[in-house]
Amino acid sequence: MTDKTAITLTINGKDHKVSVEPRRTLADAIREDCGQTGTHIGCEHGVCGACTVIVDDAPVRSCLMFAVQAEGKKIRTVEGLADGDKLHPMQQAFMDNHGLQCGFCTPGFLMLAVGVLEREPDISDEALIDVLSSNLCRCTGYQNIIKSVRAAAAEMRK
Amino acid sequence: MSEHSTKGSGGDGMKWVGRSIRRLEDPALVQGRGRFTGDLPAAHWVRFVRSPNAAGKIRSITAPDGAVAITAADIEGVKKITPMLHKFNYKPVGQPILAEGDVRFVGEAIAAVVASSEEEAEDIADLVEIDIEDATALIDGRAAIADGAPQIHAGVPRNVIVNAQIKTPGFDDVWTSAAKIVRCEARSNRQNATPMEARAAHAAYDAATGRITLHCTTQMPHLVRTAIADCLGMPESDLRVIAPDVGGGFGQKMSLCPEYVLIAWLARHLKSSVAWTEDRRENLIASFHSRDQYITLEGAFDANAKLLALRADVLANTGAYSCFPTTCGMEPLMAMAEMPGPYDVQQYECLARAVVTNTCTMGAYRGVSRPAITFTLERLMDKAAKAFAIDPIDIRRRNLITQFPYKSAMGLEYDEASYRETMEAAVEAINVPAFRARQQLARDKGEYLGIGFATFSERTGYGSPAFAARGMAITPGWETVHITVDPSGFVEARIGSSPHGQGLRTTLAQIIAEEIGVPPQMIKVVHGDTDTAPYGWGTFASRSLVISGGATLIAARKIRAKLLKIAGHMLEAAETDIVLEDGKAKVAGTDREVTVAAMAREAYTQTHRFKGEIEPGLTESGTYDPPGTFSNACHVAIVRLDAETGHVKVERYLVAEDAGRIINPMIADGQVHGGVAQGIGNALLEEIIYDESGAILTANLADFMPPTAHEIPPIELHHLETPSTQSITRAKGLGEGGTIGPPAAVVNAINDALTPFNVEIDTIPATPQRIRALLRNAERAS
Repeated sequence: MTDKTAITLTINGKDHKVSVEPRRTLADAIREDCGQTGTHIGCEHGVCGACTVIVDDAPVRSCLMFAVQAEGKKIRTVEGLADGDKLHPMQQAFMDNHGLQCGFCTPGFLMLAVGVLEREPDISDEALIDVLSSNLCRCTGYQNIIKSVRAAAAEMRK
Repeated sequence: MSEHSTKGSGGDGMKWVGRSIRRLEDPALVQGRGRFTGDLPAAHWVRFVRSPNAAGKIRSITAPDGAVAITAADIEGVKKITPMLHKFNYKPVGQPILAEGDVRFVGEAIAAVVASSEEEAEDIADLVEIDIEDATALIDGRAAIADGAPQIHAGVPRNVIVNAQIKTPGFDDVWTSAAKIVRCEARSNRQNATPMEARAAHAAYDAATGRITLHCTTQMPHLVRTAIADCLGMPESDLRVIAPDVGGGFGQKMSLCPEYVLIAWLARHLKSSVAWTEDRRENLIASFHSRDQYITLEGAFDANAKLLALRADVLANTGAYSCFPTTCGMEPLMAMAEMPGPYDVQQYECLARAVVTNTCTMGAYRGVSRPAITFTLERLMDKAAKAFAIDPIDIRRRNLITQFPYKSAMGLEYDEASYRETMEAAVEAINVPAFRARQQLARDKGEYLGIGFATFSERTGYGSPAFAARGMAITPGWETVHITVDPSGFVEARIGSSPHGQGLRTTLAQIIAEEIGVPPQMIKVVHGDTDTAPYGWGTFASRSLVISGGATLIAARKIRAKLLKIAGHMLEAAETDIVLEDGKAKVAGTDREVTVAAMAREAYTQTHRFKGEIEPGLTESGTYDPPGTFSNACHVAIVRLDAETGHVKVERYLVAEDAGRIINPMIADGQVHGGVAQGIGNALLEEIIYDESGAILTANLADFMPPTAHEIPPIELHHLETPSTQSITRAKGLGEGGTIGPPAAVVNAINDALTPFNVEIDTIPATPQRIRALLRNAERAS
C-alpha cells in the first residue's frame, strides 16, 4: 500500500504537485499534502460533511473521494471563498447571523451551501433544509445556519 | 424569534452590555484560518491498539518486528489517573494509562503504536496481536449490583463506587399522611456528547529547555497540565498546555484522557513531536459516555395535589473508571442535590449510587444529570396530574416555588427566579386551547398530536463551595482575569476560562467595554495557553460568563478607577466629573478630553508626573468565586406521532428562559438553540447501544444519529430577565439550559399523544422501536 503516485491537485486555482498513496483520501491530501487545513475531518464515514469541498462545481465529501480521483478537477475549499479581503456573501452571512459557534463544521457548511446555491440560486426553503440536513452541526441547532444561508442566497441573487 | 423582557432592575442605560454585536471569533473561523490541534504537523503519529473484549486478562501482546508499540510495561512509573472524593463511601479506582493485566471495556487502550505517519501507524496497529482471556462482562448498571455479579475492581465490593443517602427528619410522617403516592420508573440511556471535533493531542519537545508543549482539544488546559505533571512526575513549569481552537466540547473534553498523558510522555521519551488524532469510531466507543441512569422517583401529594415529599433512587452506570477531576460521583450526586428542581417540597429521601461496569467511562455531558432528573420529575408531575384528573399546567402552578430566596430540602439556596412567570409566558405563547382543539380534530382523523411541558431550575455559575460539598479533592470554582491596557491603548484580557464556541471573547470584551469606554473591537480576550493565561478551571457547567465574567468585571472596574485617576491628573479635573466613553476620558460639560491611548502611554512612560500617587503600568487582576445562581426555563413541545411506525416529529418547540441579565442576546439565543437540538437528540434519537458481550453497535454517526436540520423545528425563544443577586454582572449561566428541557417536554408530548392508547413511555430516547413495542402490546391487550 505504500507505492506513491505523483499527481497535481488544483486547489483554489493553484496547482499542488504531490505524491500520494492510491488510498489517500482527498481530505487528507488537501490538509496534509497541500497544507490547506481549513477543510476539517469529522467522521471519515461520509456522514457529518465537515470535509465538504467543491469539486468541479459540485459539493462533495472529500473523505469519500480518493486524491487520485481529483486530479485534473477544479477543487475549491474554504480558503478560496473570499475575494482577497472581501468575504464571500456566505461567509459574511454566517458572521452576521451567528451561523457558527465552535467553527469546526463551518467550512463544510459554507462549501455545501455555496455549491448548491451556485447551481440552484432559487432553491426553495424546503429544498434548502433538505440540502443542509446532509451536514451535521453540534453547536447551533441549525437555526442560524438556515438563517445565514437564506440571507446569503438573497444576497447572491442580487 | 426571540423576545426579551426584564423583571426587576438592570439592563438600563448600558452601551455595550445587552447588545447583539457580531462575534470577534468569527472572521478567522469563516475563512478556514482557525487553528485546531489536528492541523499541526508532527514527526511521529500514534495509533492506539484497543481492547476488543469488555472484560478479561491480557495474556500477550505481540507487535511485528521493528514496530514501536508502547505497552504498560514500557511506562512503568507513570501514575494512574485516580480521582478522589472524600465522601459518600467513595471507593477510589485507578485508571492505568495503558491497560495493565486486566481490560475493563471495549475500546480501552492497550498499546500505542508510533510511526512516521498516521497511515503507517494504523497499518502496524492492525498487525499487533492481542491475546485476551475473556471474562464475563457486566454492561447494565442493575446487573452490576445483582447478587453474584463479578467484581470489576479490587476494593469495590458489589461494584458500588459511590453510595450516598439522605433523608430529611420529617420524611416518614409526611409520607404516611399523603393522599396519593405517584411513581415514575425512568430510564435514561447512554449517550456520547459528540463534539464535531473528536479528541486530538500534539506534544512537542523543546531541546533547549526540555519543556513539552502539549496542544490538545480540551475545555480545561490548566487542569490538564496539573494532572499530566502529576502522572509523569514532572514540574508543571516544564509543561505548557495549549487549547487552541476547540471544535466543541459539551463536557466530553473536561475530563483527563489517558491518551493525552501518553502523548506527553512519548514526546519526552522520543525527544520529538508526537501527535494523535482520534477517529470517530474511537470517539464513540472510548472517549467518555454520559447520561446512563435508572431513576425511580416517587412523589407524595396531599389531596390538593400539593407535593409534600419526594423519594428517589438513582443508579448511575458510570462505566469502567472514574473520570478526572469530577469523579464518577458527578451524575448521581448532582441528581441527589438537584432532584427537587423548581418545586416547593421540603421532605426528601434519596439513595444515589454510582456503579462500575465493563463499559466506557462516563464523563460530563451538557446538563450532566439534569436532563435525566428533569425528565423523571416532569414525567412524575404529568402522572400526578393524571392521577388527580387535573391539567398538567395546573399541577405545576400549585407546586412551583414563588418565594425567594428559597432553601431546598438539600439546603441549596435558590436566588430570585421566575418559575411561574416563565411557565405562564410559555403557556400563553403556545396557545393551549387552540392546540387542544386541533388535537381533537386530528384524533378524529386517526392522527395523534401531543403537547408537553418541562419546567426546571438550573444551578449555574457555582464556585468552589459547591464542589467542596461533593467532597471533591479538586474543587474548581474561582476564576482570575488579568486585564492590561498596553502603551498603544489596546486592551488585552487574559482569562483562565477556556471557551470553545461560547463566544466569550466577545461577551467578556463587552463587559470590559462597558466599564472603560473602549469599543470591544479594541479588546482582545486571550485564553487557552497555560504560559499566558492565569491559572483557571476552564469552561464547563454554565460557569464562564458568570465566574470569568465576574472576575472580568472586577478587574475592569480597577482599570476604570485607575484611568479616572490618570485622567484626573492629565485633565486637572475631579474624578467624579470624568466620564469614560468612545475611547476617551471626558470632563463632563466641557470639551476637555484625553484618549485612553494617551493615558495608557502616560501610565508607562511618564510615571514621574503622577508624583508617586499612581503606580506605574496599567494592568489589573480580578478573582471571583461566587456561591452560584439558578437559571430557569419552561420548554414546550408539540409533537406528531405516527402510530403505525412509532415515528415522532417535533412540530413546534418553544422556550421561555430566564438567565438573568443577558450580555449578548444573539449569543444567548445561539446557546439555547444548540442545547435544544442536543436535547431533542437525547429525547428521540441518540443512544449508545452495547450488545451483551460489551461491543458497541452504534460506532458511527449514522447509527448514533445526532439530529440533522430535518429533525429540529424552528425554536421559538422568549427571555425573561431576573437579574441575579448572586452574580456581580447580574448574569446567570445559560450554556446548559437548552439541553435540560427537551427530553421532558418532548416525551411528555409523546405521552399526551399516546393518551388514546392508554400506554406510557418513560424511557429516553423514545425511539420508534420503543413506541411501537408499547403500541403492539396495547393492541394485543385490547
